[in-house]
Amino acid sequence: MELISPTEFAKDKILAVQEYCLLAGRSVGNIFKRPRYLGDTLQQADLIGVGSLPIVILTGFFTGFVFALQGANTLERFGSLTLIGHLVALSMVRELGPVLTGLMVAGRNASGIASELGSMQVTEQIDAMRALGTDPMKKLVTPRVIATAFMLIFLTIISDFMGLVGGSVVATVLLRLDMAQYWATAWQSLVRDDVIMGLVKPPIFGFIIASVGCYYGLTSRGGTQGVGRATTQAVVSASVLILLTDAVVTRLLMITFAGYK
Amino acid sequence: MPVSAPSPSSIAAVAKSESAIVFQDVSLAFEENQVLDDISFQLEHGETKAIFGVAGAGKSSILKLALGLIKPDAGRIWVLGEEVTALPQEQLFELRRRIGMVFQESALFDSLAVRDNVAFRLIEEGGTSPEEIEARVREVLRFVELEHTMDMLPGELSGGMRRRVAIARAIIARPEILLYDSPTGGLDPVTSTTIVELLVKQRDVYRSSSLLVTHRLQDAFIMASHYFDREANKMRPLPPDSQDKVSMSFLILREGKVIFDGNAHDLAHSRDEYIREYIS
Ligand SMILES: Nc1ncnc2c1ncn2[C@@H]1O[C@H](COP(=O)(O)OP(=O)(O)O)[C@@H](O)[C@H]1O
Ligand SMILES: [Mg+2]
Repeated sequence: MELISPTEFAKDKILAVQEYCLLAGRSVGNIFKRPRYLGDTLQQADLIGVGSLPIVILTGFFTGFVFALQGANTLERFGSLTLIGHLVALSMVRELGPVLTGLMVAGRNASGIASELGSMQVTEQIDAMRALGTDPMKKLVTPRVIATAFMLIFLTIISDFMGLVGGSVVATVLLRLDMAQYWATAWQSLVRDDVIMGLVKPPIFGFIIASVGCYYGLTSRGGTQGVGRATTQAVVSASVLILLTDAVVTRLLMITFAGYK
Repeated sequence: MPVSAPSPSSIAAVAKSESAIVFQDVSLAFEENQVLDDISFQLEHGETKAIFGVAGAGKSSILKLALGLIKPDAGRIWVLGEEVTALPQEQLFELRRRIGMVFQESALFDSLAVRDNVAFRLIEEGGTSPEEIEARVREVLRFVELEHTMDMLPGELSGGMRRRVAIARAIIARPEILLYDSPTGGLDPVTSTTIVELLVKQRDVYRSSSLLVTHRLQDAFIMASHYFDREANKMRPLPPDSQDKVSMSFLILREGKVIFDGNAHDLAHSRDEYIREYIS
């Protein structure tokens, strides 16, 4: 294996980040430019949104389920088992719903996007598209970014809800609590700030998933092997970026909300 | 200060607009690999220039440079009077609509049916009714004799058929310039001849200018010595006294330099050893 000097390595990485930022910026800039690919955007929304539904429903349900199981233990010790709805609702809506949905969709779609655009890149289909007078940034990247950002909001809401359903199964079937009370505490515990926090994150995560997937796809080199590499890297980078962004956004929103109070 | 004096660059631009393609002192390197080293050539309107060179000589790169898909490290390129090397992205896309390119491996969109591949440019440009698009697609597919493959996916076609679909896709908008990247590469001799016949047909029916990358010298010689007979719908040899009726030239690349640029006669009488070896 060839040894790379640290400065070369750093230069490569900085160039990659710069290139990624350029792509991400242009993908958003194109929203305001013609032609707009409404048909392609809807198709992607269907592919990403509807296609991810089963996995998001399953993840949401079981997360809420085990969260209620684990939480019940602690709550029981303090004699406040009735707060289980509160616990599940807050954690699902503020954190688990957005992050887990983001990670799931990253696994499914960042890879999907990277491999699709990657194979188009290595078979010169991207060049062919440019040669035919069509900008792949507008035709391929922007529709995916818009569709993913938009659909992730809905997927997250569904995931939040399924988490609550999972929690309610534990509360009523295993803990023998009153179902109506569970939903009432869950509902009452949510204030405006929680909902805002829960809904600001998904479009940001969606943007990360699609733009990272497109970046790795469009920059893949070296045949099918290169496409495989791009696919793996897209999932890893998107997941890490989601977790990082989540920490930053959570902190920023907390500061913002604290200012209101 | 003389107000009306045109700037030097605009004088050059006027002069360059006479030719279909102009490369002026173009250099291109990928990291340490110097692919093109200060090359210059011109393609006149109506001319077909065949580009030769060993694998990796930079033939495909020349076509991509002409389309503005990659940028040279030095030098200037004009296509249809526009300076590709100085054009902003948006205008580059406009210019590309007047050029057709056939990629080495066809580069058909594998998720789209043949019909949509061929219609791609018309659909993207907009302003053409679905009926008109359908008619145009049929027309070009008939031109390459593949009308029956309309609804098939590229994966279901043979290599030769894919090349022909790629040609159909490139010519549907009646481009002024065509760039062919090894259209006969990897094909059997019979299929290759069909493709060459198509190129001759395209040249003589639509009078387009073209750059033809190939590794088969005989393809270029056939193109130089044949014309397309529209009545018989067949390619025919030119009578010996009218060989200069078709405008055909040859360009040979070697180690980043143009070592030959001229017509068939000059090529046959070249004294350069490498070239003699190449054409023998
Ligand atoms: N995108 C690229 N990145 C790095 N090297 C490249 C790239 N494209 C082409 N090359 C290199 O440039 C040289 C010329 O390539 P190309 O123009 O495709 O040659 P040809 O078509 O004559 O076989 C080759 O050595 C190739 O490896
Ligand atoms: Mg090549």
